[in-house]
Amino acid sequence: MSKAREFLTLSGRWVIEGRRALADGSIWRPQLLPQMLKLGVQSVPVALFVAVFTGIVLALLSSYMFTRAIPLYFVGTLVTKAVMLELGPVLTGMALAGRVGANVAAELGTMRVTEQVDALETLAISPHAYLVTPRVLAATLMFPVVTAMAMAVGVLSGWFTAVNLLDLTSVEFIRGARQFYNFKDIWFGLVKSASFGAAIAIMGCFSGLGARGGAEGVGVATTRAVVLGCQAILVLDAFWALVLL
Amino acid sequence: MIEFHGVSKRFGDKVVLDGFSLAIPEGETTVLMGYSGTGKSVALKHIVGLLEPDSGHVDVDGRVVSELQYEELMELRRTIGYVFQFAALFDSLSVRENLSLGLRRQGLPAPVVAERVAESLALVELPDVTDRYPAELSGGMRKRVGIARAIALRPRYILYDEPTTGLDPVTTMAMDDLMIRARRELGATSVVVTHDLGSAFAVADRIAFLYEGKIRQVGTVQEIRRSTDPLVREFIDARPASGGPA
Repeated sequence: MSKAREFLTLSGRWVIEGRRALADGSIWRPQLLPQMLKLGVQSVPVALFVAVFTGIVLALLSSYMFTRAIPLYFVGTLVTKAVMLELGPVLTGMALAGRVGANVAAELGTMRVTEQVDALETLAISPHAYLVTPRVLAATLMFPVVTAMAMAVGVLSGWFTAVNLLDLTSVEFIRGARQFYNFKDIWFGLVKSASFGAAIAIMGCFSGLGARGGAEGVGVATTRAVVLGCQAILVLDAFWALVLL
Repeated sequence: MIEFHGVSKRFGDKVVLDGFSLAIPEGETTVLMGYSGTGKSVALKHIVGLLEPDSGHVDVDGRVVSELQYEELMELRRTIGYVFQFAALFDSLSVRENLSLGLRRQGLPAPVVAERVAESLALVELPDVTDRYPAELSGGMRKRVGIARAIALRPRYILYDEPTTGLDPVTTMAMDDLMIRARRELGATSVVVTHDLGSAFAVADRIAFLYEGKIRQVGTVQEIRRSTDPLVREFIDARPASGGPA
């Protein structure tokens, strides 16, 4: 069987299993909240760390670019636009592709190679309902929340940098931020981040449940999850820009 | 009743089962014995539908496992307890939760689940480990909890995959005793995969000897002990015979 055909067969099986698993709420519902805490709440520090430095760098870079050519209050415009539309969702997504994607793939991969996934099946419990669905739903629901926090912190750190390190006042920064503000900037970023969350969790589950062998197989699955997660983010980012902008 | 009909299974170029046929009588303990890599565990996984045969079929209670619809397969699995080689306990769950998971899936009320958990742990002589996690248990204890998880379901069939591998002789004897008691008290049909001769002779009503993916000989313990087949003799006597595997 060719690789492409094998992939399509597996994808088709995942769609069927996923639909069946979604209907089996008694299995995944109790897992949802713990997964939201694990994949979402515990990811907040990483996301905020990335956001703080993104805001700082954006403010400094824009002031460097705008020197003498463009009014400096446009620093506020660039920081807010870039953070909300692109860097907030994408960099948060990338950071969480590492944290969440690797976590999910390693956990499920270990369960696979130690026959815990087989054990679930012999207990008449679908691994898709017990393992995949709560993780995918949790990531889809929590990524926009984490991203919203990252956006806020990114803009705040940009403002703090502009006020303290550049020759810019708070009023000027806010004027710049409001100049081209559009509510779509926010929901566009949040819609993207929800899709990133789903993609990262699916890639993590897909790689983890596909792990073979022992520790080496889990390592390979984890790496694959992170790489596929990052690639999915870039593809989805282009897709949403094409569809929504 | 479990029946294998000409089951073949290959992984890549390696043929693991090659026209494997065997009937496992109701209410008895059948041991699948043979050299490592002869397809014993693979055969076991076909019974619960974890693997599908490339050709041939496995029937359980007259139903072809690989042709069952999803709900039918789930229903079948509820009648089978599976004891994994390394127990396969869920790391993130306590012993109590490990045992409860399958019971709750059967829709049993909480008091019945609690009662079954306690009974099953008492049967494997581990009544005090309910709140411990698998990482806090020894290898032998984990295997016993694995058996408790299987018997808690009150299954019609219990499948044991290498239940005594890696255990010391005393714990092995305790495991053999446990398998005998589980069969006696539950009346379940058991299939035990092992290459531990002592264990096989202790628990089996019948022994099926696998070689190169096929049944080489089937018989009672006495018949296997007295076998004149050179490969079976080599295995039993633990000495190489001409023509045997390297």
